[in-house]
Amino acid sequence: MHTTSTERPQPVATMPEPEAASTISARGLTRTFGNHIAVNDVTLELRRGEVLGFLGPNGAGKTTTMHMLTGNLAPSRGEIRICGIDLLEQPSAAKARIGYLPEVPPLYRELTVDEYLQLAAKLHRVPRARRADAVATAKQRCGLSDTGGKLIGTLSKGYQQRVGIAQAIVHSPDVVVLDEPTVGLDPNQIRDIRGLIRELGGAHSVILSTHILPEVEAVCDRVQIMHHGELVYGDTIAALKQFERGTTVLVGLRRPPPVTELAALPGVAAADAIESMLFRIQFAAGADPIDALVKTAAARDWGLYQLKPAQTTLEDVFVHLTRREE
Amino acid sequence: MILTIAGKELRTLFASPLAWVVLTVMQLIVGYAFLRRLDDFLQLQPQLAQMASPPGITDLVAGPIFGTAAAVLLFAVPVLSMRLIAEERRNQTMVLLMSAPVSMTEIVLGKFVGLTAFLAGIVALTTLMPLALAGSARLDYGLLAALVVGLLLLAAAFAAVSLFVSCLTVHPVVAAIGAFAALLGMVLAGEAAGDGLRARGWTVAASLTQVFSPIKSFEPFGKGLLDTYAIACLVLLTTLALALAIRQLDAQRLRS
Repeated sequence: MHTTSTERPQPVATMPEPEAASTISARGLTRTFGNHIAVNDVTLELRRGEVLGFLGPNGAGKTTTMHMLTGNLAPSRGEIRICGIDLLEQPSAAKARIGYLPEVPPLYRELTVDEYLQLAAKLHRVPRARRADAVATAKQRCGLSDTGGKLIGTLSKGYQQRVGIAQAIVHSPDVVVLDEPTVGLDPNQIRDIRGLIRELGGAHSVILSTHILPEVEAVCDRVQIMHHGELVYGDTIAALKQFERGTTVLVGLRRPPPVTELAALPGVAAADAIESMLFRIQFAAGADPIDALVKTAAARDWGLYQLKPAQTTLEDVFVHLTRREE
Repeated sequence: MILTIAGKELRTLFASPLAWVVLTVMQLIVGYAFLRRLDDFLQLQPQLAQMASPPGITDLVAGPIFGTAAAVLLFAVPVLSMRLIAEERRNQTMVLLMSAPVSMTEIVLGKFVGLTAFLAGIVALTTLMPLALAGSARLDYGLLAALVVGLLLLAAAFAAVSLFVSCLTVHPVVAAIGAFAALLGMVLAGEAAGDGLRARGWTVAASLTQVFSPIKSFEPFGKGLLDTYAIACLVLLTTLALALAIRQLDAQRLRS
């Protein structure tokens, strides 16, 4: 088993390149199906201990990308390195370091959970001596300790999903790739799985594909948005939350003045009306006109009823980036 | 790793009703043939006693029931092999194998070994029937051994060809029907092509068609012969089909 320290492990000194610190590094990944370009020139970097959210509308090429990263599909162009090992040249060595939960968990319904996880451990070349241990640990981490003897086919969807995740982590891989792991689960199960993913982020690095935005905000360190086969955005969640925070407010006024009057206030860079009584006010760089705004509103009897910092949500970014052309 | 996959195939096979149904049907048909043959033999016995060198009970009973078993395998193997690749791809469980550090060759060979092991069980059950006579009759063990070897090689060839067809589609039923058509086509066309070529005097070409006519290769074993050419033909067909299967799966990863 790996050390389960939550600290990010230091790159091993013998690794030739500094990029060995990244568990996945994909460059210029392109995949075409006939004339259709499913994935175009995607470059991706995943650092150790990081949870990367992989977002995009349906059909954006997320699953194709994940299939390529896990060696299920050969890229038309580009290279993939898993912990510095070329996936195309040394597929076995590279695949040993990946755990993959595809969109449809690859479960044999006629096996019991124990049999299935044993099989997954064997296929991933976990040595015989450590196999029972590895299976027990994976089961415990996924909350499957009591279900070992049950047939997978008889389990509920949520438990099947857990078995799918257990299968992906049983060999303690460096990278865990999860394709929409919370689809079809009830809210409690979603919470559990999210907790588990956060936990995985400690020892493994995780790529998580989803189109549930709060999920990304809840569990990911970094987010990349894909659209029409290309990466259109990539940044940390922290940066995303910082972005524009405290520089824009939503102001609700019952008896609003013309928008131009709001825009003319000192320290305000721009103002626009969202509804007849709701305005978005953007501050000039370095200025904080909130006090002045409140005083003016009171003095001129604008009927101020709402004042709220407008945080940029992932949803704003997502919608903005993926709806541009419409 | 090959044995891991073979073990998994056997385990999932026996966990489904399919294996048991196939075994039951196989036993019923072969068992019926066995009893029929035995009955015939008992009726013929007075006449046989008058012949100078009469055929033995192994010739008259074991030979035909191995022929029956071969015919039943022609139907059974496509059904058993449809699960190997086509059904795994349809159920999207193939991803487990493809994401694991296992090569395509190991996957294909693992599945082939798994299915062949199951078929070896069928051959063993078939062999038990004539063996049951061992206490009351003198069996020709040499002939019986040749039949066992022949049926095993034939079953392996059927398995390899069906496995290849299973790689071509994601629809299990199409895979089963396709494999059956391929096997039957080989039996019929191989025979016809061989005869046609031989009639024109192209004997070398005619004997080459035997590679694709596994039933023809099985015939010498029924006479108690371990014909190296027949063995080579069956092994060649098996190897060829497995190589094509590996290539096909690899190509799908590139193309799909």
